[in-house]
Amino acid sequence: MKPEIFTDRVLVWLGALPITETMLTSLATSLLLVLTMGLLARAVVRHPSGQLAAAGRLTFGFLQRLVTETVGRTSPGLEVFVGSLFLFISGAAVLGQLPVIAAPTGNLGAASALAGLVFLAVPVVGIRARGPVGYLKHYFSPNPLLFPLHVISELSRTLALALRLFGNMMSGHLIVALIVALTGFIVPVPLMALDLLIGLLQAYIFSILASVYIGAAIQVGEGEAKEARS
Amino acid sequence: MTEHAILALGSIIMAGLTMAIGALGAAFGESRIGAAGMDALARQPDESGSITRSQFVALAMVESTAIFCLVIALVLLFANPFVSGG
Repeated sequence: MKPEIFTDRVLVWLGALPITETMLTSLATSLLLVLTMGLLARAVVRHPSGQLAAAGRLTFGFLQRLVTETVGRTSPGLEVFVGSLFLFISGAAVLGQLPVIAAPTGNLGAASALAGLVFLAVPVVGIRARGPVGYLKHYFSPNPLLFPLHVISELSRTLALALRLFGNMMSGHLIVALIVALTGFIVPVPLMALDLLIGLLQAYIFSILASVYIGAAIQVGEGEAKEARS
Repeated sequence: MTEHAILALGSIIMAGLTMAIGALGAAFGESRIGAAGMDALARQPDESGSITRSQFVALAMVESTAIFCLVIALVLLFANPFVSGG
């Protein structure tokens, strides 16, 4: 038996374009999230005192607090970005508990795509916070000799972000699959609960690390701006 | 033993060793983080929110080394470039 760990099962070919399992499950996750969050948003506007509205406000408040406490100030764009990452990864973890379906984040490509988004968001936010020259200057501080180390650290933390998410989600699924193959139906239930807990924890950690990395790009600008003013 | 068998044997042994040593280091580090977190919580229960948050981040950082070891062990077992058809 050869488990599919680094590969992805192709379901259909649309011409030359393969439609893989991960593409389908991540699309399903996104659609379910958009539907659920649209429902919650409607409830907040239409019935502000209902249960759905309370759920929506609690979700948004949790994500807003997470970003604000990590970055140190309110930043609406970052809240949306990091909140989407959190909801997608946790939604994928919950969806992965269904039989037959594997969590889309348990695929190396999908996890790398999420980490790549964070990697791209850092320069975008940094340039918006302090301009292209000011952002590039932080690569050469405190000494131009450290430029390669800055670049390596950005690349390696992206790799770590991708591999951490991929490894955690994939290993949880693999363990449950192994126990199912060895024993039967009831025994893997506690391991599935552990898998769900780890998936939600990974969503939390991924979003905290994303806001730490992006927040650092903002705060570098603020620190030097303060020095320039004083 | 053929060359293929030697490579396969080495891969299997190394995959086991990778997981064992990698999990050992991560477990040691995580136990120290847990102990330090409990200590900080006992000293300052009011700061439990921020202590728990930074503790989880530190745990994830340390745990990722074990996860890297797991990925490398799985590469050795299932996607080994040196063992044909491995």
